[in-house]
Amino acid sequence: MNYNWNWGVLLEEPYTGWIISGFGWTIAVSFAAWIIAFSLGSVVGIMRTTSVKSLRAIGTCYVELFRNIPLLVQMFLWYFVVPELLPEKAGMWVKRELPLPEFSTAVVCLGLYTASRVAEQVRAGIESIGAGQRSAALAMGLTEPQVYRYVLLPVGYRIIIPPLTSEFLTIFKNSSLALTIGVLELTAQTRQIEEYTFQGFEAFTTATLLYIFVTFCVMGIMRVTESKVVVPGMISLGAK
Amino acid sequence: MTKTTNAIWIAIAAAATFLAFGFTNAFAQDVDSSPVLKRIQERGQINMGHRESSVPFSYMNDDGKPQGYSVDICHKIIDEVKNAVGNPNLKINYVPVTSQTRIALMANGTIDLECGSTTNNLTRQKQVDYLPVTFITGTKIASKKGSGITEIEDLQGKTVALSLGTTNEKAIKRVAEEKGIDLKTIMVKDHPQGWLAVESGRADAYASDHVLLYGLISKSKKPEEFQVTGRFLSYDPYGIMVPRNDSTYRRLGTVVIADMMSSGELEALYNKWFNPGPTNIQMPMSDTLKTAFEVQALPH
Repeated sequence: MNYNWNWGVLLEEPYTGWIISGFGWTIAVSFAAWIIAFSLGSVVGIMRTTSVKSLRAIGTCYVELFRNIPLLVQMFLWYFVVPELLPEKAGMWVKRELPLPEFSTAVVCLGLYTASRVAEQVRAGIESIGAGQRSAALAMGLTEPQVYRYVLLPVGYRIIIPPLTSEFLTIFKNSSLALTIGVLELTAQTRQIEEYTFQGFEAFTTATLLYIFVTFCVMGIMRVTESKVVVPGMISLGAK
Repeated sequence: MTKTTNAIWIAIAAAATFLAFGFTNAFAQDVDSSPVLKRIQERGQINMGHRESSVPFSYMNDDGKPQGYSVDICHKIIDEVKNAVGNPNLKINYVPVTSQTRIALMANGTIDLECGSTTNNLTRQKQVDYLPVTFITGTKIASKKGSGITEIEDLQGKTVALSLGTTNEKAIKRVAEEKGIDLKTIMVKDHPQGWLAVESGRADAYASDHVLLYGLISKSKKPEEFQVTGRFLSYDPYGIMVPRNDSTYRRLGTVVIADMMSSGELEALYNKWFNPGPTNIQMPMSDTLKTAFEVQALPH
């Protein structure tokens, strides 16, 4: 290969700073989006399993809508199309006054998209428990919210920790799509360094290693969480 | 016609033939000293990198084939490559590249020349070589007419869209810092998005190479509502990119372009694409470019 390797370029200013700040934005976008995804995803997932028909319908619509549109398209819709649909004053506010417009849009978009995927896992977790427990709890006189609070959710969440870990990892990788609407996260900064120095291979290698580092950390945290919250005999429910 | 004159004519014809062969063979002998020509000869194919939406330098026509000012120049070079490798049926393989992939694909040997709209600068010359400068542009500002923006100084407190990783982004940020202009920037990933930001009111202006701005305006829905203004904020000379460490191959391209410059062929090509050009871009040749052509038209 006719390429001039120069790893030293990554230690030059401003490129080191760019990588650090890009890494920071990647973490910020991913965590903020994960908060939305986890809370909203749990609500929607529960809605899809309740006995109330209208709630189930709303939940299903949400999941199908957000899960079936490519994330890249959603980014574009939120950033360029939604402000045009708002009343003119509100649209102008979004376009001009909204603090950190690219960041906020990316977080909302990534959060809502991932919520639809989390919802499906919450639903799967609850449904895997079986109808017997729900009926038994209701028969004991618990209200439906109490059934969820004390019986279904504590077990359901424990069951879905492994697939939730995957979603959490995916959100870091999907956060790179935020660059399409101008968030200067890790991949964007890497491209930026490539364009400035033409040392793309070095920059992309570094970015790859940083992504791997983050995902390994997340995996570690989730493993520890899993072992800390384990209730002996309960997780193995499915394996019995 | 006497016998003597006949003999003279024969001699001249022979000399001309010899010269003509001599010239084409001059390159043929060079194939051994050029890794790029050698690999082109071996695979019977030249891989030409091109852009897909750099109007009017290198973009797709209705049949899905690349066309444009840079592409036309490249075809002249490829004709000479055919002579050099002694293969008139050399196959041309078109490889689409982007601003992110062009260097990597050239470094790993996928493409043999890049015909797009690439600025020649000294940092980039660490990775690739360039043929003579065939176009000169620089950063200018496009905005809505009546917005009161003419120079970068007018952007005080306003929002400007910049394309990620371009020389334009660098230029605007540098000048804004020097002059203490407080402007807001939003980063976009490509030219159509930058333009969309201005059209939808998210940004007051879009800064890019002036030729690309004219191109964007000429293709917009209401070209009469927009303007390109200001002085040049950067100097961006475009060149065709070739692999580095192959002076034989680079010289072949340089000879073709220098000849086109001295024969006036390149100026005609310029007028075909820019004045007014197929997209009605209407950019008469600047004095700077005219001088650049004269300076680079080296004699044999």
